[in-house]
Amino acid sequence: MAWFKKKKKPLPAAAEDRPRSTVPEGLWVKCDGCREVIYSKELKLNFRICPKCSHHFRIDAEERIRLLLDGPSKAHSTSVDPEDATAPPSQPEPVPADLFSRIQSTDPLAFTDSKKYLDRLKSYTEKVGSSDAVIVVDGTIEEIPVVLAVMQYRFMGGSMGSVVGEKVTRAAERALAAGKPLIVVSASGGARMQEGVLSLLQMAKISSALARLRQANLPYLSILTDPTTGGVTASFAMLGDLNIAEPGALIGFAGPRVIEQTIRQSLPDGFQRSEFLIEHGFLDMVVARPELKATVARCLRHFA
Amino acid sequence: MVLADNAFEEPLIELRRRIEELEGYPEGSDHAKELEKLRVALAKQTAEVYGSLNRWQKTLVARHAGRPYVLDYIDHLMEDWVEIHGDRRFGDDPAIVAGFATFRGQSVAVVGHQKGRTTKSRIHRNFGQPRPEGYRKALRVMKLAEKFSRPVLTFIDTPGAYPGIGAEERGQAEAIARNLIEMASLRVPIVVTITGEGGSGGALALGIGDRVYILEYSTYSVISPEGCAAILWKDQSRKAEAAEALRLTAPDLIQLGVVDSVIPEPLGGAHSDPEVTCQRVGEVIEKSLNDLAPLEIESLLAQRYAKFRALGAYEEK
Ligand SMILES: [Zn+2]
Repeated sequence: MAWFKKKKKPLPAAAEDRPRSTVPEGLWVKCDGCREVIYSKELKLNFRICPKCSHHFRIDAEERIRLLLDGPSKAHSTSVDPEDATAPPSQPEPVPADLFSRIQSTDPLAFTDSKKYLDRLKSYTEKVGSSDAVIVVDGTIEEIPVVLAVMQYRFMGGSMGSVVGEKVTRAAERALAAGKPLIVVSASGGARMQEGVLSLLQMAKISSALARLRQANLPYLSILTDPTTGGVTASFAMLGDLNIAEPGALIGFAGPRVIEQTIRQSLPDGFQRSEFLIEHGFLDMVVARPELKATVARCLRHFA
Repeated sequence: MVLADNAFEEPLIELRRRIEELEGYPEGSDHAKELEKLRVALAKQTAEVYGSLNRWQKTLVARHAGRPYVLDYIDHLMEDWVEIHGDRRFGDDPAIVAGFATFRGQSVAVVGHQKGRTTKSRIHRNFGQPRPEGYRKALRVMKLAEKFSRPVLTFIDTPGAYPGIGAEERGQAEAIARNLIEMASLRVPIVVTITGEGGSGGALALGIGDRVYILEYSTYSVISPEGCAAILWKDQSRKAEAAEALRLTAPDLIQLGVVDSVIPEPLGGAHSDPEVTCQRVGEVIEKSLNDLAPLEIESLLAQRYAKFRALGAYEEK
């Protein structure tokens, strides 16, 4: 049994504005859940889950793809066995290339705040490596062929503009054309303000594509990770045949601060976390990261 | 603050007040000439003021409490109104009105955001901010319309979906998302008219259709100018700047390809003549229903898909 399971405490509700580490660079990293200091190598070997409190750290789109898809060398192992992973390869395994990396934003509003939008995009591309906030790939999950779209939270908070809208729509159309299941992993603060109403309409565009997938009786699984809010939740993230979330993820329509300002009272503990959503009937399951791939595969086998 | 923002309306209000005062005098008095002069002045000044409104000022016009709301359109344009209530799951949301009516000889489903005009009715309508049960009621009416082959008319005017604890508990996001996928698939014509504030996801949840129209001084945006200013500059008072940046007015929306056409408002905005406004909206809806009626349902759905599929601005390098 993997040692990440040994200790399970309820996840504390992290404040939305608390700075969160995603990919720890240093030797040691502080956990946002229990505030304990963790050896970053230990974290890495444990699916970036805190060994002390099971807090799921945010992970990159590439790491997520590695976690879900069958890798080139481990054709259909369900997940990395932590016992075997004591000596990890120095280079992470390559992930399939983004199918639609050539799609790029054009700054339709000529939007400038403290920085020009196009410059902002450029600096994110340099920093994060992807051309926008979602990556779409083909692959297999326990040998089941799927189209997988994974949002990249580090790219402008995973915000959804025209490029995210177009890429997720193409992912759905690709799944439809190939008769494959579609899996979308969400991690987003919502619509991208810098593209104004066009960002809003991406919700309609993606939902229209999902309607066609539904019409064709093809499975669509939505995986919600921390955080999934705003227009992403209010469109494709909530429309899965199954909605599956990671533990402790912030999931909601309005952001906690907006709600607090509106109702002028503080929010209850655990509000808008995965456990709150499953209790209210909006998720099918909350699945810990190490079991995610096997769970998705099991669901897909029931549907296809 | 609101007074200063609304300052552009003040000279017009003053002129209107004086005209009304003179109109109160008995006929045949020697005020006729003065009255005529004032009327000409009012028309001239209204044209000037409304001809040069900036985006923030248009946002204020879009929020004007004198604009027709969905119940006014029903009242002015339709007969045999039957309002239905409740989502059959939790409750009834007065921020959304839904039902059936006869519009120019045919039975139609009507769904729209409803705001109030008095303090009491504003609170009752929750300032036009729906909760999940409102969207679910709307969907229930749309599914009934599909069952009985009636076209759907939606009227959009909301600051946004309500951000509250209960709304989140009952799945605000799911309710909006559900409406999007169902409206994309609904097997009857849908005509959408944005009549005031098109506030974000709360507006879009009634916003998928075969035709999308907007009144001249209405807005449609991913976020309010105040919200945008608060995020960008941590300063709500820079809302006018934010409104410019967001490009949320009717001409902007035409340019961005988000709406099919703009319905002109009477001189001085919809609130200056609600009757004329309603009639103009009625003409446009009637024509579009006539255009959509002969289409086979599969080609209607294909066109609806293509319409929303095309939205967005990107390039492929
Ligand atoms: Zn911890």
